[in-house]
Amino acid sequence: MSFSLKDAEIEKAIFARRAILAAFLVVGLLCVLAGRMMFLQVSQHELFASKSENNRVQLKPVAPIRGLIFDRNGILLAENLPSHSLSLVPERVQDMDATLALINTLVGLSDEESARFQKRLKQWRRPFEAITIKYRLNEAEIAKLMVNAYFLEGAEVEAELVRHYPRGEDFAHVLGYVGQMNEKEKRRLDAAQYKATRRVGKIGIERYYQDMLHGEVGYQKVETNAQGRILDVLERESPKPGGNLILNLDANLQHVAMQAFKGRRGSLVAIDPNTGGILAMVSSPAFDPNLFVNGISFKDYNNLRDSLDTPLFDRASRGQYPPGSTMKPFIGLSFLQSGVTNWAEKIDDPGWYMLENDERVYRDWKRRGHGDYINLRQAIIQSCDVYFYEMSFRAGIDNIQPFLGQFGFGQNTSMDVGNALPALLPGRAWKKKYRGRSWYAGDTLNMGLGQGYMLITPLQLATAMSVFANKGKWKRAKLVQYIDGVELEDETPPADVQIKNPADWDRMSRAMEGVIKHYMGTAKALQKDLNYRIAAKTGTAQVVSIKQNEEYDSEALLERQRDHALFVSFAPVESPEIAIAVIVENGESAGRTSGPIAREVTDFYLNSLKQRPMIDNEVFGLGNLGTKL
Amino acid sequence: MAGDFIRQLDDSGMGRGRSLFQKLHIDLPLFVMLLVLVLGGLFILYSASGQNMHMVSRQMVYFAIGFGCMLVIAQFNPHWFQLAAPWMFGAGIIALLLVLAVGVGAKGAQRWLSIFGVFRFQPSEIMKLAVPMMLAWFMASKLMPPNFKVIVQALVLIFIPTLLIMKQPDLGTSLLIASSGLLVLLFAGLSWRWVTLAVMIVLAVAPMMWFGVMHDYQKQRVLTFLDPESDPLGSGWNIIQSKTAIGSGGIEGKGWLQGTQSQLEFLPERHTDFIIAVFAEEQGLIGVLLLLMLYLMIVIRGIYMASRARDSFSRLLGGSLIVTFFIYVFVNIGMVSGILPVVGVPLPLVSYGGTSIVTLMAAFGVIMSIYTHRQV
Repeated sequence: MSFSLKDAEIEKAIFARRAILAAFLVVGLLCVLAGRMMFLQVSQHELFASKSENNRVQLKPVAPIRGLIFDRNGILLAENLPSHSLSLVPERVQDMDATLALINTLVGLSDEESARFQKRLKQWRRPFEAITIKYRLNEAEIAKLMVNAYFLEGAEVEAELVRHYPRGEDFAHVLGYVGQMNEKEKRRLDAAQYKATRRVGKIGIERYYQDMLHGEVGYQKVETNAQGRILDVLERESPKPGGNLILNLDANLQHVAMQAFKGRRGSLVAIDPNTGGILAMVSSPAFDPNLFVNGISFKDYNNLRDSLDTPLFDRASRGQYPPGSTMKPFIGLSFLQSGVTNWAEKIDDPGWYMLENDERVYRDWKRRGHGDYINLRQAIIQSCDVYFYEMSFRAGIDNIQPFLGQFGFGQNTSMDVGNALPALLPGRAWKKKYRGRSWYAGDTLNMGLGQGYMLITPLQLATAMSVFANKGKWKRAKLVQYIDGVELEDETPPADVQIKNPADWDRMSRAMEGVIKHYMGTAKALQKDLNYRIAAKTGTAQVVSIKQNEEYDSEALLERQRDHALFVSFAPVESPEIAIAVIVENGESAGRTSGPIAREVTDFYLNSLKQRPMIDNEVFGLGNLGTKL
Repeated sequence: MAGDFIRQLDDSGMGRGRSLFQKLHIDLPLFVMLLVLVLGGLFILYSASGQNMHMVSRQMVYFAIGFGCMLVIAQFNPHWFQLAAPWMFGAGIIALLLVLAVGVGAKGAQRWLSIFGVFRFQPSEIMKLAVPMMLAWFMASKLMPPNFKVIVQALVLIFIPTLLIMKQPDLGTSLLIASSGLLVLLFAGLSWRWVTLAVMIVLAVAPMMWFGVMHDYQKQRVLTFLDPESDPLGSGWNIIQSKTAIGSGGIEGKGWLQGTQSQLEFLPERHTDFIIAVFAEEQGLIGVLLLLMLYLMIVIRGIYMASRARDSFSRLLGGSLIVTFFIYVFVNIGMVSGILPVVGVPLPLVSYGGTSIVTLMAAFGVIMSIYTHRQV
């Protein structure tokens, strides 16, 4: 264009051309958009519809309710209580420091709670998974948090069922406790079943019966928003609650046994010989299992762990002690079985015993001896050591060891006590293998007194006593009576103990009766006000070995170096209902420490409990639990 | 087709003497179409905001202010805009400089402008009007089509505010303001040779930049910008969710307030930049096509109105403003549906936000002024 003047008409024409072009361009581009929308909404519709549905609908696992645990009379031992806890979804928290500070001013956070939260924050978790920061909120705390909810973006108060043990310390070891599932447990347990579960049994019955108590996971189809918050439940497959357990344990007997220890270190196991049901199983001192449910504080845990009394240690199933003279009834039977003596044979006990070609002097606990009239019955009543030296020497380890083995020593024979130790029943093969030496006659003499290498657990000792009371008929020890109404049966009991002359069961029992009733009995102090027949045997086990010629001076020994006091018994003798083994660590005298505990527990069981009418099943809504209750 | 349509729209407002709307300098067809868009937009917003009535009523206040602005601006003779253009442009440049000098990022800009009243304007919003006005003023005084010297001068005028806004930094707005200026050049008859040349230069420089100058991390940023779905947890997440929302809507849609993607908050920015996805999910393809049709009618009507303007200044200004409006629509929907990179552009007159509404309505006021003052 060579015009120097502006030409309005030309400009208008230029604009019109360009405007029409623009209009076509606009139409064209809108067609592009429309085409794009058609592509997404028509061609790709199904793809995106399912994507959107997947976004919206999620399959969420629902944790089953853990089964309850009752004692033999329907007393609740483990229940599930609603508990409110505060949790944070870190992804939704705008300012973590400010939020934590506000929570601290509202409900208070201990250093420990903060530290635990920070630790969990660093660990891997699913996106938008909540982290619990404070457990067991009370009503006032919940109210404070609710009022300030607006300032606490990402914080939620959750209600959940938390395990509670109303009987606390009494059942700490035997019942065990549940705690947060750890990585190891996650790998061990069925991932599908435990998807929604947060706590599992850590020790005791809670652990052993974990799968039965747990139940089966349920699922619900839920509609969630982008933050993962559940808005609506579309479908639900309810979880199957865990099975309830009825134990053989008697809550009141357990309590009496626990109290009888008065805080002393030791253990008691009581078994019903007719069924093998464990009536009481105590390890003292204990701890409050409720501390562990929501994670125990470092301080509490350190106190428990570092205590010299080792309250966390389950003495009943894992404490290994030399049995001492409590072995004598069993070993006495082995003498009769091997034919090395009879009930009539008497020996002379000068207070010491020597083997030929051996310098060593084997002492009796009574320095001047028991005299020249000691037969098997008197050897049991007075716990005569020299008699047992002599007869053990005659019988030999090859007769004694297999016979003791029939009573379950050296093995874990219980049906459902998890983690129970087999302890040790030594013999020639064992010594060769683990000590590298031959079995000497002296080893047999020590074993005849329940000393030397032999170790038992209180559970084992009580089991053996129960089998003894049952005249050799095996009923394996079991904690649980009914699982979800089904009785726990022993399908594969060990072979019954057979002896040549079954009358020996009664004679040995009567000899054991003399331990308390006879004026020479080692536990004659216990005979006061006895209104039932009880067979018993005392025992002491050396904690430190006493050297040859060294005088035993208990005053000089530290309290923790004193002998352990043991005691076994069963009653009533004519038809035994309760067999007991007691160990009081460093109790020194069975007659003064372990014996009275056994007497108190037996008294309570035979006199108080048996007099009381049994509680009706219907009261607990447990009508279908069988006829026994 | 398009001709008939335009004539019909024209006929409806013409040939009946001076109606009330003519006295008020309001173009009835455009006004009605805007009203339909705005009212429809309020329903979409109610759903997109998660049924937040508070937000909807605030949006209604913005629209009231917007329509007020439109009405006031429409009363001015375009002559006044021509007179005001250099001053507004100058004031805008100063404001942008002040923002960079005084303000720290976006906060400084808002603080500086809060003295204007309750509703705070960013200077870049003023430039959305001031740049096309300035360019139209400049081009109207030159011969059309522009020669090389004029083109260079015009480009300088465009790139000063563009660079200043880019520095804020606000890439999306600066590009849209630049395009509103370039549109004036195109409407003024910019030779296609220059356009072709510019395109060829860009095509030649881009690979050189890519292989020669840019670092890997910069390349990565460009790639993410061009293909957001390669970053599914970052900006890609938005696009994946918005495509899912749109696609799951199907032909008929899930129904008003029934869009799960939007109601359950899977869709980010659902009441602002991504509001079209809410609409597409709930009203389906049918709704989307109706909305596109409405935008088309508004833009065509706008172009027609600009072409009927009294002088070159008005024509260029009107043409630039209405096509810029369309670019907003195209960029927003293109971005949400995943065919354009993500830039923060709201859907005109539907997305929540007062600033954008008032600026857009002011622009429509200018267009109405241009159209209604031609015979007087």
